[in-house]
Amino acid sequence: MNIAKLTRQAVLALLAMPLLSGVATAYELTIPSLDYRTGPYAPNGIPFANGYGDYLHMLNERDGGINGSKINLVACETAYNTKRGVECYENTKGEGESGALVYQPLSTGITYQLIPKSSVDRIPVFSMGYGRTSAANGKVFPWVFNFPATYWDQATVFIRYIGEKEGGMDKLKGKKIALVYHNSAYGKEPIRTLEKAAEQYGFEFLQLPVDHPGQEQKSTWLQVRQERPDWVLMWGWGVMNQVAIKEAASIRYPMDHFIGVWWSGSENDVLPAGDAAHGYLSGAFHQPGGNFPAHDDIRKYVYDKGMGLGERDRIGEVLYNRGLVAAMWTSEAIRKAMEIHKTNKIKGVHVRDGFEALDVDEARLTELGLPGFTIPVKITCENHEGPGKVALQQWDAKAQKWSLVSGFYEPLRDITAPLIAEDSAQYAKENGVVPRICG
Amino acid sequence: MIYRETGQFKSSYESDQALFPIKQDRYVILGVLIVTFGVVPGLLNEYWLNAILLPFLIYALAALGLNILTGYCGQVSLGTGGFMAVGAFSVYKLMIAFPELGFIPLVLLSGVITAAVGALFGLPSLRIKGFYLAVATLAAQFFLIWLFNKVGWFFNYNASGMINSPPMTVFGVIITGPEGDMTGKYYLVATFVALFALVAKNLARGRIGRNWMAIRDMDIAAELIGVRPLIAKLSAFAVSSFYIGMAGALYFAVWLGSAEPTEAFDINQSFLVLFMIIIGGLGSVLGSFLGAGFMVLMPILLKNIMVDGFGTDAALAAHIEIITVGVLIIGFLIVEPHGLARLWRIAKEKIRLWPFPH
Repeated sequence: MNIAKLTRQAVLALLAMPLLSGVATAYELTIPSLDYRTGPYAPNGIPFANGYGDYLHMLNERDGGINGSKINLVACETAYNTKRGVECYENTKGEGESGALVYQPLSTGITYQLIPKSSVDRIPVFSMGYGRTSAANGKVFPWVFNFPATYWDQATVFIRYIGEKEGGMDKLKGKKIALVYHNSAYGKEPIRTLEKAAEQYGFEFLQLPVDHPGQEQKSTWLQVRQERPDWVLMWGWGVMNQVAIKEAASIRYPMDHFIGVWWSGSENDVLPAGDAAHGYLSGAFHQPGGNFPAHDDIRKYVYDKGMGLGERDRIGEVLYNRGLVAAMWTSEAIRKAMEIHKTNKIKGVHVRDGFEALDVDEARLTELGLPGFTIPVKITCENHEGPGKVALQQWDAKAQKWSLVSGFYEPLRDITAPLIAEDSAQYAKENGVVPRICG
Repeated sequence: MIYRETGQFKSSYESDQALFPIKQDRYVILGVLIVTFGVVPGLLNEYWLNAILLPFLIYALAALGLNILTGYCGQVSLGTGGFMAVGAFSVYKLMIAFPELGFIPLVLLSGVITAAVGALFGLPSLRIKGFYLAVATLAAQFFLIWLFNKVGWFFNYNASGMINSPPMTVFGVIITGPEGDMTGKYYLVATFVALFALVAKNLARGRIGRNWMAIRDMDIAAELIGVRPLIAKLSAFAVSSFYIGMAGALYFAVWLGSAEPTEAFDINQSFLVLFMIIIGGLGSVLGSFLGAGFMVLMPILLKNIMVDGFGTDAALAAHIEIITVGVLIIGFLIVEPHGLARLWRIAKEKIRLWPFPH
């Protein structure tokens, strides 16, 4: 490519910027992917984006898209930065004939930005297991979906697991549970739930914030050493996870009493600590591992053609599977929307109806080549958090793999439900939202 | 030939002391204002207004503020992010508590609050200078962010520590909140920026501005000729923080709509604004705009050229963009250490002599 051609293309690109409308031949389904392959959280962002993109590409290659309409995956780099995320959103929302169908914002900050915008632009936001917990209330947040479970569900599931290990919920009395958290909106999410739970079950709750990016945690773990909590929970992300696990190992904190949120439980987080990470626990809502039929299809239809986004041997990592499950639910919602509206030419507003009628049960998962991969999900107009069930997975440092070590627990809804009602009511009041009537 | 003052006779003191003594300058400014207010909103779509022009204008206001302090008064500050946070949290608390006052007065009021905080953190500047002062303002940055992250009262005890701007209207147009009208937002911010750029330009050439510059050039000499350092330095901190506070308020309430202190106002914010004034030109109103334009537009422009123009992979484009912006900054500073505003001044000199350069 010579300089003149480069310049010409650059000028054309500049001229095309305000128009933002491509010449579409067939009706394509635009799904933006807000990646973060750069910045401090890139090690976590890359596998997720790969899983998300690979699954959708596989649908394109194997089935010719969803119900015969090709998917146009539009990647935009956010570097996990809220402002860049908003720029990406504005840049991609009008892309193609369909416009953006659904957003997976992938950061609490960006999710908070998109929640109000989504209702104005009528594009659903699928913040899968993150973002604003009270968005579970579909009456106040009609455009936001955070199934299959929320941070609050997860926090109560951890308490249930701890109760089970201690020999009953009544044994929690007098115990000490610490929360090591990323000192940001994301990390603070579970605090209120845990405070409620502490009140109810009589355990002592200790808060230990870690500032971004979390490389410096000596003082935090010194505190853990002094206070000797019976259990440590962690809401961490990125480099903070590895450092915390290493620090915990260095003070010889028992790893099987250390539970991370599902964003603190990937290969990246435990590998740097080596054998010391053996036995570390984390939340999960899907299986790890790359041996499901869907993975085989990804290898066959995507990687064999050289179109894979990542490396072949990293298929099946925890965060890869997380991206995959997100893409699966997204594509199912789009399929549902096509069924409801009896057309392939759907837009974001229709996809929301698809999400609200989403019902991916075990039989459907098997059809999709993911038998037993995750919990059955059924979404309704008022319930956007789905089943809310969470399991725990444990790291085996010798075999170097994660495996689920518990069944899926029901959350303590007596704690989370009032909190969700309260928080969504406050949002509705502050922002003048009139809750809609469902059914 | 086109651009020179020959033949423009001044017959009164007013015209001699005018803000823009040369006729052509006045026409250019008038033209810019007409384009800003008349042409741009009708021409550009929401993406341009929201993702490019709003941040550009808001950062230009912040850069103006920092330029008053650093460029005109010579006090290096790394506390811009913290002061923007003061403005944002003030306007948030005020919007919740006194919505009946109206949005514009609340923004001005949050500027005043920030001015008070800025003056407070400016006190050390009476004793310490240069890099040491930079460290003191760095402390302000970290302290303020810590405060807003720690004390629940500031974010109304929200579970996640985020603040959300409630909907408010200006002259019947919704400006803040999700329903905010994009054109309205643009007009409001552009008005603020235009008005306060004019104020800055006036301040800088008046008595106060001359005091600041005297302090900047040599504080002992300034003291000897009768400039009071206490007043001059603290007024620079206050005025600068007033601007930065308003920028922070607009940044949060109009542009972002919601913010968490640790991310939206972190130390990178301080550096970004500092880079803007260094690249744009210290001690120049125009430089603040050029610097903000460079730092806000360049990354987006590069990204759009690479991703939409050449179909580069988004992640690769992001890496190239980081490298290119860095190289451009170094390149510009080597070619013109006094910033883009200086380039403009040289260009003006050249035009003045054209077509007879000698």
